[in-house]
Amino acid sequence: MIQQQDNIPLLDIKDLSIAYGEGPPAVKNVSAAVNREAITAIMGPSGCGKSTLLRAVNRLHELYPNVSVNGSIMLNGTNIFEIEAIDLRRRVGMVFQRPNPFPTLSIYDNVLAGYKLNGIGLKRDEKDHIVESSLSSVYMWEEVKDSLHRRGTFLSGGQQQRLCIARAIAFNPEVLLLDEPTSALDPVATSKVEDLLVELKKEYSLLLVTHNMGQAARISDYSMFMYMGELVEYDITTKMFTKPSDKRTEAYLTGKFG
Amino acid sequence: MVASDKITRGVLLSSSVLILLVAGGMILSLLKGSIPAFREFGPGFILSPHWDPTAGNERYGALPFITGTLVSSILALAICLPLSMSTSLFVAEYFDGSGWSKVISTMTDLLAGIPSIVYGLWGFYALRPVIVSLGLSDQGFGLFTSSIILAIMIVPYATSVSSEVIRMVPKELREAAYSLGATRWEVISGVVMPSARSGIVASYIMALGRALGETMAVTMLIGNSNRMPTGLFGPANTLASLIANEFGEAQGIKLSSLIALGLILFLITGLVNWTGKWLIKKIS
Amino acid sequence: MSIPTRIEPTSRRRLVRDRVVRLGVIMVTLLTVTPIILIIVKLIVRGYRQLNISFFTEISPDTFQAMMAVSNGDMIPGGILNGITGTLLMTLIASAIAIPVGITSGVYLYDKHSTRYAAMVRNITEIMQGVPSIILGIIGYLWIVKNVTNGFSALAGSVALAIMMVPLITKSTEETMKMIPESLREAAFALGVPYHRVILKVLLPTGLSGLMTGILLSFSRIVGETAPLLMTALGSQLVNLNIEKPTSAVPLLVWEFYNDPNMVDLIWSSSLFLMIFVLFINLLSRRIAARGSN
Repeated sequence: MIQQQDNIPLLDIKDLSIAYGEGPPAVKNVSAAVNREAITAIMGPSGCGKSTLLRAVNRLHELYPNVSVNGSIMLNGTNIFEIEAIDLRRRVGMVFQRPNPFPTLSIYDNVLAGYKLNGIGLKRDEKDHIVESSLSSVYMWEEVKDSLHRRGTFLSGGQQQRLCIARAIAFNPEVLLLDEPTSALDPVATSKVEDLLVELKKEYSLLLVTHNMGQAARISDYSMFMYMGELVEYDITTKMFTKPSDKRTEAYLTGKFG
Repeated sequence: MVASDKITRGVLLSSSVLILLVAGGMILSLLKGSIPAFREFGPGFILSPHWDPTAGNERYGALPFITGTLVSSILALAICLPLSMSTSLFVAEYFDGSGWSKVISTMTDLLAGIPSIVYGLWGFYALRPVIVSLGLSDQGFGLFTSSIILAIMIVPYATSVSSEVIRMVPKELREAAYSLGATRWEVISGVVMPSARSGIVASYIMALGRALGETMAVTMLIGNSNRMPTGLFGPANTLASLIANEFGEAQGIKLSSLIALGLILFLITGLVNWTGKWLIKKIS
Repeated sequence: MSIPTRIEPTSRRRLVRDRVVRLGVIMVTLLTVTPIILIIVKLIVRGYRQLNISFFTEISPDTFQAMMAVSNGDMIPGGILNGITGTLLMTLIASAIAIPVGITSGVYLYDKHSTRYAAMVRNITEIMQGVPSIILGIIGYLWIVKNVTNGFSALAGSVALAIMMVPLITKSTEETMKMIPESLREAAFALGVPYHRVILKVLLPTGLSGLMTGILLSFSRIVGETAPLLMTALGSQLVNLNIEKPTSAVPLLVWEFYNDPNMVDLIWSSSLFLMIFVLFINLLSRRIAARGSN
């Protein structure tokens, strides 16, 4: 289904600019190529445009009025602005800052929510297989396999977030977007999710926005540093953290502004 | 200082007591006034289909009117459902925050301000001829015509609460659904409406409560027959419309029977409204 | 793990369905609000001609005068003065009863909001709000017509209307009080101000717009009511300011005109007037509410 061509980057962002209404652009001429089967972190101080950039990848910004976008993003060779948004979003998974399992659905149905919403009919054993497989990938299967039909909201914060990750990967997305996925979790849950993300990169490609540079340092392979809408630096994580090329990156990493 | 505060608190407390006394007094008066009828006709009064004021052979029963009330109100609710559901989605989802949303919700609120008698007039002069020309009924009176007017009258009540609960569905749930590739309608039907379900149901129960008690518009359109309704397009009466028509000149056992009908209406409406309020409390 | 595609609606089909639903919602919504436009237009078109000065200064005609005018092709003489005075009389008395009771009970519920007694009072007030107005007419009949004035009277009508107003005023008062910042109340008490002054000089003035909105809304509610007046005030040909006697009201006149074949033409102007009056108060209370929340 996915053409694994190593000469085409997973995500090729070219000269992307995003502005809200008449104001200054939130994202300014960003260009970057994101690699597969790796964790790429986007970090930067509040308001630098990292979430805006992330949300452009699945065109979530189109839900809100008055957003103008220039430039292009190619997903495995396809221009995301030239296909239907609903098709794009099947290929791109997203996990949000605050865990948001659907409250009226059971754990089982939450994992399958993407299929249900898209109107895809599955047979019982196909459903069971997807649920078990997704929940196993997030290391939750053993914990919840006997209570699959309870509501998702009975789980703890960390478990809910892992359920949301399971829901996103149930579609086998080409790229998984995560918008500060651990900022609403306690340290123990955070650490569990971070370990999970490192495991997931063996099969999936992750683009992770984080406000916590320690997290970027811990788990990401590549890092982008954004400041005031610009992509200031983009490099292999270990290299950027030890020898940043740009003064602004250095200032951020040494805590001069946050 | 303390003395004047005591007086103040006393005044505040006594007005709450006054409300309780009035409420209790209302129930007592209705009960007391109904007793002669129940003593004469027994509890079978409720299920008796006869309403016959012929002197010397008076026989009264509530069934034709309970039927009329329930059928017209439930049918009104059924008609109101698509109308008010669409309006709520328009105002709280599709055009939420825009000028169009404000215009439509203001107009819907204005619908609530129109007096019942004005609805009755419009129903009589504008709606009834349509029913007649469609061949549904000779003169255009009946349960169906009344239900249409009732439906329009209760739309604002159903819409205002439904819109509120739809708006309260968190943005994150919608975004999660969109991010899974759902279309707008799929997000609404798969996530927003199920999440808002209890509030929506409560709003319809309360709209039903309003419809049950409506008097003037119904009186002018229902055909005023005191027998069991024969069909949707034949004449009938509701508890409220019968009381409106016959109370002024009633005496004796007939008066007591009318008060008994009032008691029955009070209980039905009270039960429905209480259920709706209880549901709302449960979700908030 | 591949995505099974057993039964899968195409994207095209789903997008079309999405558009269709959106269109349907818009159309049904427009359908839903058309009645109000139709009603207003019909009333204006049929009723404006009769709205002249004499409409407001003369009493309603009797059926013979009307019959003569109709057969001569003239406009029916007379006006709705008796209805206007009756409505004013009864609504003002009802307000005089209901506003103090409503405000004081609203303040009480706000004050003692967590006690079980208050919860019970609140529940009962809400139940009373849902009582059909015709039943309040029966109550007005049983309590006042039968026992106090020995006959139909304006007082009976006023009492029925007052019972209608109280729950609305109580609720809006409590809600308004809840929106006043706690610190304001505490500051007043800390200054040693006696409670009745805190209420009269601090709480009520601060919440004035909310209170006015509640009062106006409940007022607009009772102005248009007909059912409870049928068996309490009954109606009258003449202007009547004696609360112990039957009196007319604008909605009652509309009802009388409707039932009399000779006077039917008068219904348009009188209901146009009624509707304008009700909508005006409605919009006024909306304005006050909007301005107050700034």
